[in-house]
Amino acid sequence: MKFITIDKNDWTQGIDKSRDTYQLFGPVTDENGCQIKKLDTNVQPEMEYHESIMSAKSILFPQTEKILHASLNESIEDHHIMKRAENSYTPRAVLGIRPYDAKAMEILNLNFDTKEFSDPYWCDAYEATTFIGLGINKPGPFDFSTSLGTGPFCEDGLDILLADIDDKYLAKVLTPKGEAYSSACGFDDTADEKESQVLFDILRKEAEKNITSHVETDKLKEKTILELHEAPFWDDIAFSCINCGTCTYVCPTCWCFDIQDETKQKEAARYRNWDTCMSPLFTRHATGHNPRASKVQRVRQRFMHKLKYFLDKYDQGIMCVGCGRCVKSCPVNIDIREVCLTMNNFEQTTSEPKE
Amino acid sequence: MENPYMPYPVRIDDIEIATEDKSLKTFKFVFLNEGDEEKFAYQAGQFAELSIPGVGEIPIGIASSPVEKGFVKFTVFRTGVVTSHLHNMKVGDIMGIRGPLGNWYPWEKLENKNVIIIGGGFAFTTLRSSIVYMLDPGNRSKFKNIDVVYGARSPGMLLYREELYEWEKRDDINMHITVDGTDDPDWKYHTGFVPQVVEQNAPKADEDTYAIICGPPIMIKFTQPSLTQLGYKPHQIIMSLENRMKCGIGMCGRCNIGKELVCKDGPVFTLDEINLTPKEY
Amino acid sequence: MDTCIKKIRELSADLLEKGEVEKVIGFAKGTIPMATSPIAIQSKQDVEKLVFNSTCGLNLANYASGQKGKIAIIAKGCDSRNIVTHIVENQIQRDQIYIIGVPCSGMVDKHKIAKLFEDEIIDFSEDGDTLIVSSFLKTLTLKKQDYLKGNCLYCTHKNPVLHDVMAADPVEEQVLENPFPDVDLIEALDLDAKWQYFENLTKNCIRCYACRNACPLCYCPTCFVDESSPQWVGKGQNKTDVNTFHFLRAFHCAGRCTDCGACVEACPMGINVRDFTRKLNKDSLELFGWEAGLDVTKRPPLDAYSPDDPDDFIK
Repeated sequence: MKFITIDKNDWTQGIDKSRDTYQLFGPVTDENGCQIKKLDTNVQPEMEYHESIMSAKSILFPQTEKILHASLNESIEDHHIMKRAENSYTPRAVLGIRPYDAKAMEILNLNFDTKEFSDPYWCDAYEATTFIGLGINKPGPFDFSTSLGTGPFCEDGLDILLADIDDKYLAKVLTPKGEAYSSACGFDDTADEKESQVLFDILRKEAEKNITSHVETDKLKEKTILELHEAPFWDDIAFSCINCGTCTYVCPTCWCFDIQDETKQKEAARYRNWDTCMSPLFTRHATGHNPRASKVQRVRQRFMHKLKYFLDKYDQGIMCVGCGRCVKSCPVNIDIREVCLTMNNFEQTTSEPKE
Repeated sequence: MENPYMPYPVRIDDIEIATEDKSLKTFKFVFLNEGDEEKFAYQAGQFAELSIPGVGEIPIGIASSPVEKGFVKFTVFRTGVVTSHLHNMKVGDIMGIRGPLGNWYPWEKLENKNVIIIGGGFAFTTLRSSIVYMLDPGNRSKFKNIDVVYGARSPGMLLYREELYEWEKRDDINMHITVDGTDDPDWKYHTGFVPQVVEQNAPKADEDTYAIICGPPIMIKFTQPSLTQLGYKPHQIIMSLENRMKCGIGMCGRCNIGKELVCKDGPVFTLDEINLTPKEY
Repeated sequence: MDTCIKKIRELSADLLEKGEVEKVIGFAKGTIPMATSPIAIQSKQDVEKLVFNSTCGLNLANYASGQKGKIAIIAKGCDSRNIVTHIVENQIQRDQIYIIGVPCSGMVDKHKIAKLFEDEIIDFSEDGDTLIVSSFLKTLTLKKQDYLKGNCLYCTHKNPVLHDVMAADPVEEQVLENPFPDVDLIEALDLDAKWQYFENLTKNCIRCYACRNACPLCYCPTCFVDESSPQWVGKGQNKTDVNTFHFLRAFHCAGRCTDCGACVEACPMGINVRDFTRKLNKDSLELFGWEAGLDVTKRPPLDAYSPDDPDDFIK
């Protein structure tokens, strides 16, 4: 493994050099809070940020993306024949991404790149993107990532992992893409491998000790889908929910989308937009029949998907990386950690007491 | 990389009004590009997304059969934005088809077995595909007895009427066509709801008999107990489900029933698989 | 403000025990600092879960529409005005709802407080008019009056306008010479600057519809953004579509909005959605002398016609 020392005074110059070949993305704060945005030429990523409201998934999976288009003009030879939209997949680099957000990309990949089908829009974007993560020395109070197989210094999904050491970054180059990026920046001050790894291990242990929020998921696998689905606690959990899409949109592992056609005069375009299982329309058939017509059913669906269906289907842990964004942003403070606890500890009684 | 969102361009070759109230039309499509028909090779039971640029896409069961070459047929009910637009299109119009999608009826498992096919209303499309497939000279010997129970509100609402009456005349298939009611004095077949006709005419269950049901949720709800009463075990009852779909390739996440995606793990499920899922369909 | 929580719990327990209502809708303590969560209490034992403090900024009338059976609601001034609106608009019958009125001295602006810290807030408590807020890096003692929600600054209905019982004595209402200075600022901009202002306002909107869903007025079975035949608004992030949603929704709330600020509180981006509705509230007052939700016998101005409605726009 290659380790590189980057003096913070050289950081800006280096990443500016990479702008020749990479489009940069990183955290920037505006009047609404911290967002992961495309960085214009003079804009630097705020490496000291503590959390962004939205995850980085919109870089690979934009909220609105044109996927196909066709001309409706019947005098053109190939009218009504759809073609792939020309989106750009020039190399991008995401700076300062949280390790759990990079791990979330691997979870999204399970959905978009399967044995039977590969989503070319996701796959092309994934291939073009280099993830430069920043280890979190002081995890925030909503970070429960260590309970979920990731953590403040987890390397899954990253191409480079940076450790913030006062006036320097120590970079661990994890993949050929990471290697290519560090070259593009001109960062070449190699550090001793053994010593660097030791330092990383120390930082990781310290950071993980600072995690104050934990969830237990050990008993979810052994329960059946039906017993959790039919459990009596869903009405209470769902009462306050207002069925907006906040939790699903801020979540780094939520992947549901809608496909919509739009026309403008003689041009037809097919768009893919984020969608939310919280919406009443999500499962509504054209006939009007709706398998999840009530709020309780939709709230239950979200938590069952995250904490049970995904677990059973992919056997890779639950569909959550512990970023805590939904906990922080939910308007009515529905807390996935509480729901997980309730589900994990649920014991089915053999006879239901009748009231 | 194949783009699974890209439809094959097709031309509408023929439009037939399928029911007396004109709410269903059967569309015959021909592929524009040479080689697309081979790529679209499908099995009876699958569906495809009919794609109209600028309007949208709809998931529809394939009504034509794999043994019918040179075209694909779909029977579409007019109910929403895309289906209404489709119903107003003309022969010669260009649109797209994406697929084939989903899994299919378990043809390998059904070899050397008796099969009873039960359909209601306009859910008979993939069942037509199946029957044509089974009756094809190259395939008929693979199966033992074939029984079909198919019912609709009235004679004019039965799909593929001419073909049904032809099949009724054959001796290698037992047709039990029924309608809820009719004032046609020349109606020669059954009158009554599908569940009753199933109870009265379906073969008793044994290890070698399987039932395929396709229909609106309410029909399935009432027919399945009849089958269970006749002794059919859950693994012998094969159902084709529907759900709201968009991508059809298991990525947009909306068609799930528990952990099964109807567009990818289904739409064909056996009753014992369904019994393990929440009833959200 | 906390002094009336004992009374709220007492009243709720009493109502539930006597079977006078099936549930009491109020706020429960949140799992994170500065948060509270709406809750429906159905048995007397659970009333201890109810809380009431300066972070109860959502509008509980949102949970009142479409209820069957009799319910009780803990209502601040703005909540009670929305209950009046629900009654006028036939979303609930007067005798279905038992209002436990709570006089309100204002709710805090969580986004504004969060901006004072570089890291996450880990503790929040109140002591009278003082707020004590801490993160890992620092602790701040703040005056609540300096951190009120935008709508609380201009509130002239702190006391419930309709109630069955009051949990505490009424507080003094403020009298404002100009209740809309924020609207005046925007009105003073030229057309281009105004356009820019609103484009900038919604630049981070993610169409989550938290604002719409937290709003008690938005109870349409199918919202206009969800219609497909015909489709009025695109579902993507096109700026025109995003702004169409906000402008149209504001107009659907015109003459009905009580400026409760639930929309801003719910927004994950802290967008001041009230900039869309405040101008319409000002117009309602100036053109029709109308404030929403004060009288169960009167219909809002866009609902009713009177020959002396202002018509100087007809040239």
